[in-house]
Amino acid sequence: MQLTDVWFLLIAILWTGYFVLEGFDFGVGALLRILGRDDTDRRVMINTIGPLWDGNEVWLIVAGGATFAAFPEWYATLFSGFYLALLLILVALIGRGVAFEYRGKVDTLRWRNTWDRVIVVCSVLPALLWGVAFGNIVGGVPLDADHEFVGGFLTLLTPYALLGGLTTLLLFTLHGAVFLSLKTDGDIRVRARALAVRLGVGAVPVAAAFLLWTWLEHGADVVTAALALAAAVALVGGILATRAGREGWGFTLTAGTIVAATAFLFTALYPDVMPSTIDPAFSLTTTNAASTPYTLTIMTWVAVVMTPIVLCYQAWTYWVFRRRISRTHIPTPAPSAPAEEQV
Amino acid sequence: MSALDAARWQFGITTVYHFFFVPLTIGLSLLVAVMQTAWHRTGSEHWLRATKFFGKLFLINFAMGVVTGIVQEFQFGMNWSDYSRFVGDVFGAPLAIEGLVAFFLESTFLGLWIFGWDRLSRRVHLACIWLAAIGTVLSAYFILAANSWMQHPVGYRFNPETGRAELTDFAAVLTQNTTLVTFAHTLTAALVVAGAAVMGISVWFMARRDEDTLFRPAMRLGAWTVIVASVAVIVSGDVQAKIMTEQQPMKMAAAEALYTTSAPASFSLFTIGSLDGSQELWSVRVPGVLSYMATGSVDGTVEGINDVQRDEQARYGPGDYRPMIPVTYWTFRFMIGFGVLAALVAVGALWSGRAHRVPARWFARVALLSMALPLLANSMGWIFTEMGRQPWVVYGQLRTADGVSPTVGLGSVLTSVIVFTLLYGVLAVVEGWLVVRTVKAGPAPAPPPEAVSPREDDADRPFAVAY
Ligand code: HDD
Ligand code: HEM
Ligand code: HEM
Repeated sequence: MQLTDVWFLLIAILWTGYFVLEGFDFGVGALLRILGRDDTDRRVMINTIGPLWDGNEVWLIVAGGATFAAFPEWYATLFSGFYLALLLILVALIGRGVAFEYRGKVDTLRWRNTWDRVIVVCSVLPALLWGVAFGNIVGGVPLDADHEFVGGFLTLLTPYALLGGLTTLLLFTLHGAVFLSLKTDGDIRVRARALAVRLGVGAVPVAAAFLLWTWLEHGADVVTAALALAAAVALVGGILATRAGREGWGFTLTAGTIVAATAFLFTALYPDVMPSTIDPAFSLTTTNAASTPYTLTIMTWVAVVMTPIVLCYQAWTYWVFRRRISRTHIPTPAPSAPAEEQV
Repeated sequence: MSALDAARWQFGITTVYHFFFVPLTIGLSLLVAVMQTAWHRTGSEHWLRATKFFGKLFLINFAMGVVTGIVQEFQFGMNWSDYSRFVGDVFGAPLAIEGLVAFFLESTFLGLWIFGWDRLSRRVHLACIWLAAIGTVLSAYFILAANSWMQHPVGYRFNPETGRAELTDFAAVLTQNTTLVTFAHTLTAALVVAGAAVMGISVWFMARRDEDTLFRPAMRLGAWTVIVASVAVIVSGDVQAKIMTEQQPMKMAAAEALYTTSAPASFSLFTIGSLDGSQELWSVRVPGVLSYMATGSVDGTVEGINDVQRDEQARYGPGDYRPMIPVTYWTFRFMIGFGVLAALVAVGALWSGRAHRVPARWFARVALLSMALPLLANSMGWIFTEMGRQPWVVYGQLRTADGVSPTVGLGSVLTSVIVFTLLYGVLAVVEGWLVVRTVKAGPAPAPPPEAVSPREDDADRPFAVAY
């Protein structure tokens, strides 16, 4: 295996980690006002991801940085080409981040409702847009001979890419619902489970259509078929397990769905990193987009040493915060909120 | 306005904004860790309450640093794609390592610290804030290594076939003197910012005779941090000036608006008149200081703008190699001036709060306002550094104008400049209001002992900390 392939694989792993982890935070955010009937419910929900979401988001930052270091041409073309879509994603990530942090700082209903709406919109938007972006990466975009993107924002809104967006939105929301059923207790757990099943009924046909379309146009071999099948089986299994009250299995399987689906997309993409729809000769590939072997060697060493360490301490965080959260755990009023009369 | 201008405005606005929060985060994480260590060692309750109080301010600020940081990472590709192609092989590595080594560390352990008060043993919980603080310092180091390479490219070769810079010696990038001195200067400047914040707030409470047992030691911690760090900032700044003179002679000449080569060269505290060398109405000059700053000797020779311009034309071809002189001239002065003022206020705070004295109200107001001084000094320093390097984005290698994304139109860039400016404006108001509110509410009463020691796993009582 060449170093460029190692880095293609590592970047695929980073995106997979990002989608599995931030996928459920997006889902929790998207469901905030559907599952959370009152403020305490919503606080239960937010606290399931409270200590985790920032660490999850770093997967994206590292995926971006690793792309910059290992495939500068890919980074440059992708980020300048998908300009307005990325702008929307950035605005949403900013909104979410401050909303989690600021929502509990003032103890009035209006303040909290405002930030709740920010959380919902800013979770739905990136969950949708990442799917659109990956639909375009796999499906190909107009790149000219200099590997420059020559389309516009509307070029990105193809039916195939939009289906990809709908797929990630539904998958992440489902993943979030299953996560909530795993991490909460009481009434909200029951409702999360029921909602997960209903979301699953919607997610299965959409995801199946997207996987099939991708396979027909961009995969069409045994390995991709196996991955697509694995994703589909895990999805159905995850829904059934959740329905049967086996939430741990349900979560493992929806996570497995996202892993398999992301692996499927990257396998379908390889050896291109951004195919050109103008002329295949203009495509960016793992070789023509890559950094020098020297840089890749250094980066490989850093990744080999650091990744296991990071995985260990992130896993430990999940262990420390493994308990289910119920309404009785939520302190009132929020300890971070100064009482009104003191102001 | 061209797409290039808009992209430059966006970079300037978003980076300066990011750097309002970054130095506070770096400095406060360290000071909060020190406070918690003091509680751990002495067991005295006021250090616990101080940890929680300043920790809350730190977290409000941290959120902003995180969300504005993501924009930084994305905008290299979005607005500066040709720059990214050119430097990616060299510049991408420290950036990726920053994420892998520093950001994971700080975000994960900060999450553990915030929510772990009643779930981790005291010792492990204390280790979490230190690890998060180390993460912030590491992140500064790697990003500054990347930036220093733009100031003084080393450890690479230019490959004419691919038209890009290629890394040949990564250790050189990480350990060149530009990186080391910039790191020292920026880290100590961040401590000045955080020290001034702790000091300003503490003096204000002391003057109101509120919570004296908590705020008097906190004031001393803040004031001493400002004083010691200021000395380190000045020493490292002096070294940096010499390195800069050697590596970017134009920047030093532009810092003084010195047009003709002089030996010895004086340093003007300020000037009235134009800075284009034609008519100086009035200025206050200190003889020999520029020579000393640039060369280490009071009568050393400092090259003037016109001579450097001639040299650079000979080396890089025809063109204008001068940055905007009024910007470099004034930002350099304001950086130093604001910093020195902050140090003076710190001395004043120690004096006014000596023994058991209570600082005067007017002084409390001064101390509170002076929290802004080191922040402004930092912004000025960065604007000087970055604009003093123009027209280069990578000194001697790539012009800023050649780094911009060729396919992104003015409309798109302008949209994003406007969106970010408005969004950042709104967030600044919200953040400022929250900070004021949190400060006014004052420190919370000491938490019950069970809120700061690990819970049994089956406990159903409310969490000590929750969103
Ligand atoms: C509290 C903030 C603060 C204070 C009081 C000072 N500085 Fe500074 N300075 C910075 C904060 C800063 C900074 C924002 O952190 C910069 C921007 C880039 C960098 O490395 O540090 C900077 C840059 C910077 C540079 C530019 C380096 C380059 O472009 O290569 C020089 C030469 C100095 N400083 C020198 C000084 C001197 C001689 C000072 C006092 C006598 C001084 N600074 C005080
Ligand atoms: C955090 C403190 C920093 C501040 C306040 C800052 C500020 C600025 C400013 C004001 C400009 C605009 C110069 C001009 O347009 O004339 C600029 C340019 C630039 N800086 Fe920095 N900078 C900082 C750190 C960095 C770092 C750490 C990097 C790299 C990792 C960096 C990369 C760049 C690039 C790529 C440009 C080119 C755009 C341009 O020249 O307009 N900056 N910076
Ligand atoms: C001297 C310049 C800079 C320093 C010292 C610095 C340092 C830091 C620090 C300490 C943080 C932690 C969060 C916080 O501040 O609250 C942070 C956040 C961040 N910074 Fe900067 N930064 C600088 C400029 C930049 C630039 C130019 C980039 C773009 C590559 C960048 C990328 C980021 C990112 C992606 C985050 C979010 C990380 C997280 O989620 O924890 N920073 N930066």
